Amino acid sequence: MRSTTEWMKSGAPWIWLNAGAVAASLIMVLGLLGLIAYKGLGHFWPARVWEFQYHRADGSEVRLLGEIRDQESINAARLRDAGEQVPEDAGEEVTRYLVKIGNRDLFGRDFLWLIEPGIASRELAPDVVAFERREWGNFYGWLLAVKQQGDKVAEGGAAWPELLARLRRVDELHDRIRTLEKDEIGAINYRLERLRLQQRRLELEGRDTPRALAGLEAERKTLKARFATLRKQLDGLYRDIRRDSALMKIADGREVEVPLAKVVRAYRPNAMGPAGRAGFYLAKLWEFVSDEPREANTEGGIFPAIFGTVLMVMLMAALVTPFGVVAAVYLREYASQGPLTRLIRIAVNNLAGVPSIVYGVFGLGFFVYFLGGNIDRLLFPEALPAPTFGTPGLMWASLTLALLTVPVVIVATEEGLARIPRSIREGSLALGATKAETLWRTVLPMASPAMMTGLILAVARAAGEVAPLMLVGVVKLAPALPLDTNPPFLHLDRKFMHLGFHIYDVGFQSPNVEAARPLVYATALLLVVVIVVLNLTAIYIRNRLRERYRALEQ
Amino acid sequence: MPDSHPSDDYGSSAHFRLRLLRDRLAQYAVGAGGVGVIIAILLIFFYLLYVVMPLLESPDMEAVASYQAPGGTPSLYLAMEEQAEVGVSFDAAGRVHFFATGDGSEIRRLQLRLPKGTRVTTLAAAQPASGVVALGLSNGQALVVRHRYRVSFPGDRRLITPELEYPLGEEPLTLDPYGHALQVLAIQSGEDGTTLAGWSGGTQLHLLQARPEESLLDDEGGFELFRRTTTNSVGPLKAMRMNPEQRALYLVGEDGRLAWLDISDVESPSLVEQIPVTAPGVGVRDVQLLAGGISLLIAGGDGRVGQWFAVRDDAGERRMRLIRSFDVQAPLHALVPEYARKGFATGEADGSVALYHATSHQRLLRRPVSAGTIRRLALAPRGDALLAEDADGRLHFWRVHNPHPEVSWSSLWGKVWYEGHDRPEYLWQSSAADNDFEPKLSLTPLTFGTFKAAFYAMLFAIPLSILGAIYAAYFMAPRMRRVVKPTIEIMEALPTVILGFLAGLWLAPLVESHLPGVFALLIVLPFGILLAAWLWHHAPQRWKSLVPEGWEAALLVPVLIGLGMLALQLSPWLERLLFGGDMPHWLSAELGIGFDQRNSLVVGMAMGFAIIPTIFSIAEDAIFSVPRHLTNGSLALGATPWQTLMRVVLLTASPGIFSGVMMGVGRAVGETMIVLMATGNTPVMDMSIFQGMRTLSANIAVEVPEAEVASTHYRVLFLAALVLFLFTFAFNTGAELVRQRLRRKYSSL
Repeated sequence: MRSTTEWMKSGAPWIWLNAGAVAASLIMVLGLLGLIAYKGLGHFWPARVWEFQYHRADGSEVRLLGEIRDQESINAARLRDAGEQVPEDAGEEVTRYLVKIGNRDLFGRDFLWLIEPGIASRELAPDVVAFERREWGNFYGWLLAVKQQGDKVAEGGAAWPELLARLRRVDELHDRIRTLEKDEIGAINYRLERLRLQQRRLELEGRDTPRALAGLEAERKTLKARFATLRKQLDGLYRDIRRDSALMKIADGREVEVPLAKVVRAYRPNAMGPAGRAGFYLAKLWEFVSDEPREANTEGGIFPAIFGTVLMVMLMAALVTPFGVVAAVYLREYASQGPLTRLIRIAVNNLAGVPSIVYGVFGLGFFVYFLGGNIDRLLFPEALPAPTFGTPGLMWASLTLALLTVPVVIVATEEGLARIPRSIREGSLALGATKAETLWRTVLPMASPAMMTGLILAVARAAGEVAPLMLVGVVKLAPALPLDTNPPFLHLDRKFMHLGFHIYDVGFQSPNVEAARPLVYATALLLVVVIVVLNLTAIYIRNRLRERYRALEQ
Repeated sequence: MPDSHPSDDYGSSAHFRLRLLRDRLAQYAVGAGGVGVIIAILLIFFYLLYVVMPLLESPDMEAVASYQAPGGTPSLYLAMEEQAEVGVSFDAAGRVHFFATGDGSEIRRLQLRLPKGTRVTTLAAAQPASGVVALGLSNGQALVVRHRYRVSFPGDRRLITPELEYPLGEEPLTLDPYGHALQVLAIQSGEDGTTLAGWSGGTQLHLLQARPEESLLDDEGGFELFRRTTTNSVGPLKAMRMNPEQRALYLVGEDGRLAWLDISDVESPSLVEQIPVTAPGVGVRDVQLLAGGISLLIAGGDGRVGQWFAVRDDAGERRMRLIRSFDVQAPLHALVPEYARKGFATGEADGSVALYHATSHQRLLRRPVSAGTIRRLALAPRGDALLAEDADGRLHFWRVHNPHPEVSWSSLWGKVWYEGHDRPEYLWQSSAADNDFEPKLSLTPLTFGTFKAAFYAMLFAIPLSILGAIYAAYFMAPRMRRVVKPTIEIMEALPTVILGFLAGLWLAPLVESHLPGVFALLIVLPFGILLAAWLWHHAPQRWKSLVPEGWEAALLVPVLIGLGMLALQLSPWLERLLFGGDMPHWLSAELGIGFDQRNSLVVGMAMGFAIIPTIFSIAEDAIFSVPRHLTNGSLALGATPWQTLMRVVLLTASPGIFSGVMMGVGRAVGETMIVLMATGNTPVMDMSIFQGMRTLSANIAVEVPEAEVASTHYRVLFLAALVLFLFTFAFNTGAELVRQRLRRKYSSL
């Protein structure tokens, strides 16, 4: 026992408690990353579809078809409080399953909680077919036949290959429709709008001579003619795509006809082998990063959000690097190192700690309403009262984030400059170089890794910031990418989508949170990976840099 | 810094001059750029201040014109249209003058068709925005008219055409069947009908309600009239007001008694309450309804204007109560409410006009407008102009600049008694569907929510981060430290939107279903660690040598995971044993503590997670850079490592640790996404760990995009941003100064 009191006295238990704090922090970080990775990556794996015989509380028995999405053990009393009917012999703890039954258009809901005591039997239904659809979510059922304009063309075993072949055709048609609608008709609409603005501008400036107007009218006519042909083409494509349908039997025995035009992908989840599953997984993953969102962002991909985030961050980096570096060089190399400079340095340092929402408020008030409003009045009077730059958009978002991250770049660059030994500068000056030459040829190249660190940290911060962006330019669904083939190609006035905001919006504002949640985890994973990689790079560069100068100093 | 270019003997070479020029240019360019960037950053502060400033400016008014009243007779009622360009006055002979407010020139004159030999003895106006006015005649009849203004743009110029309508027909309606002259009148008019109340002396009160007849043709529908005579219980009447819903009638007697009649069924009116509203013998000078018709303004003879409205008393009955009163300097002769805001104006015996605002309980300004007594006043619908008639029959037209009357120190930070509430409260409710809504702009609940969130976050973060920093800096093996430090620092870069999302959608339901387990963690973890340490201490030497000193943390990782699982597994069992199977339910049933799923506990954990790296990183640096010779000296004198840590290292590093904590507070106060997603965002003033909050930052994020530019709401939100900015800036600067002092101290040691 003496050793125990001595052990207590030595302080060792407290050391262990301290160690516990580190261990807890580590568990939290790694657990968080693991949780996001598990939930995010798991989503794309094709889940098996079970067939349930389920006793409802009122005694009736139903057949259900669905994926098990979640299961939990819950207190029976609490369930009864919530209005569920739990049999008395079920015990105190009841397991319940969250089942995705799909077929929202037929059942009115996607998800159902089933309690264990009610499940009479469950088995992996053979041959069950799952459709991913463009609307109404997933569809589960058995394929009976494939129809072309209402006539059966394949039945029984032949139906599945026929369905796949016809789906490929639908896919192709769908792609062509999209190209026509988005790219070609979109471009025509864009040009028509430009013509309208040109005309309005001529009127405002009093230059609306009949000749100028006639020119515009002629152009408008050609565009409209082109539009009419495209429209006709489009109508034809729409007729074609509606040709085929699949006759399906659903869990409750009803026969339903599903038009193939609405089907994105068909698969037989229970018949897939490991290779099939892996292929499916990769295809889904690719769709996630390369496709556009469907169904109010709860399905499909997040390409526009990735694109918007990357473009905004690149613009921001282009703005923040020169200004941040110049300010740092000024503070470290040119400004006299008096108390004023020290004060400014502290102020700049602390601006990095000012809440991002404050920058957002500033961006909205100053950039959007004040600068944007004046730019509109001076340069784009023809569009008024519809704002061009006087509304949140890509340019203001990049500027706001540039302002938010400029202290990061300044601090990192200054640190890099401070680490360069005096002897190097003095050597260069002693050899007759001017101050600017010393800076340009010697100091800045040596400090470039520090600038790089600053830039990477700035980019990492900007990519993860959401609060200010909500005020200055991010939207839940942007109709067009800010970069396209219509001049001037880069549309700084457009609103854009953003990964972080996507998480907030889909996770909290979406009408179907349950269905959207896995997608949010996947988006979060993507964002975390990007940011962790960027930060690790910055840390790596910083460490290498330290080693290098340590060698120089000796 | 001394000039660094070489001496001038090379000066003859053109090349060198070029180099010098370039050097000079670079110096200017960098200087301009650097100063520019710094100014741009400082611009944030000044821009926020620039937007907030108008809130602090005192209102102002300026004289535009003064002219003889059109028609030359004293008016019974004055009003202006929306743009304050056209004014209207009604006189006792039944003449209506429309005139240009800018110069007094007459635009249109109308003579109302009064029955022969009668004149107007009294006049009452409904809610000013409706434009409905009732004229009480000397034969006991009343005529209801409405003044309206049509705006057209012939030739791109605005033309305002005044019109007069007769909503109840051009014939006067009989109110007093005995034909006595009406002395006091009240009217309200709405879509469901028009109600009039008239008094012509004595103890009788005449009520008349005109309801539109059920007809298919809306426009030309007739009216059904309902009449009722009831008792006036307060003696000679000074004034009578009806609320806009036509359910309550307030009678105010000359001796200062108020009777509140319920007339929701006009055929069976009943007395709700009768109370004195002034001291005995003081009397009443005027009574008006504040915009919205909930509050009564009663001007007493003692120079005070009281605001009264119905409040639920202890017995649950609604009773009229004096909420606040305003001092009027000179005897009051005119009292008018604003159209949409809760403000009013007074005209006084010395020719002054004063503007007040009820919610913010302040007199905004007082100006002499005329040499004589002001006997009639009108405010423009937008509150940007006023028209005053003095005893000499001159009209004075003034422009008023009064954009933000509802803001004062007390309305932003103090308890305010809002209309319809039973007691003074701190409330934030910035907008509602109806126009004459009273904005509740108290920043106190938001600031409270901000600090509450920060407090719980610190409660979670401080122990973990500081204990962790001590271990990492002082005890941890260097190889492990090289991995651990960056790992924890990466946490800092994790987007808070992800933390908020996990907190709201994953952690909050988990905590709700495992509430006892979460609290059990608080006990299980520390004791579990101590137990593990004790066991390890008594473990065979053979095992101990496998894990070198400084790797305890790694050893504890599986232990902690196991303990955590254990606590969560125990949760349902504990819940059954102690809380009847449902702790949230038990909390509200047994302790009366409400439970929100998204509560302070969840926010504290999520935001604590976000600030752990901030504190950890700074505190660890501070401890790690304590000079080695200090610790070596202490150890050499025989102190144990723990004693050295407590007595030497922590003491030296404490300013650094403190500065880390301050940085953490700064970050927690400004964090937006986590609180936005992990709380219910209700602005409650409640420290309970099971309730949510609304913070300044989340409030800004939610409301700024919707706020109308330059409105009071918009500026108050900017003020909230400025408060956040100043607060975090002050905290960070404090932390930075502490750190710099510490660095100097170390270098001198």
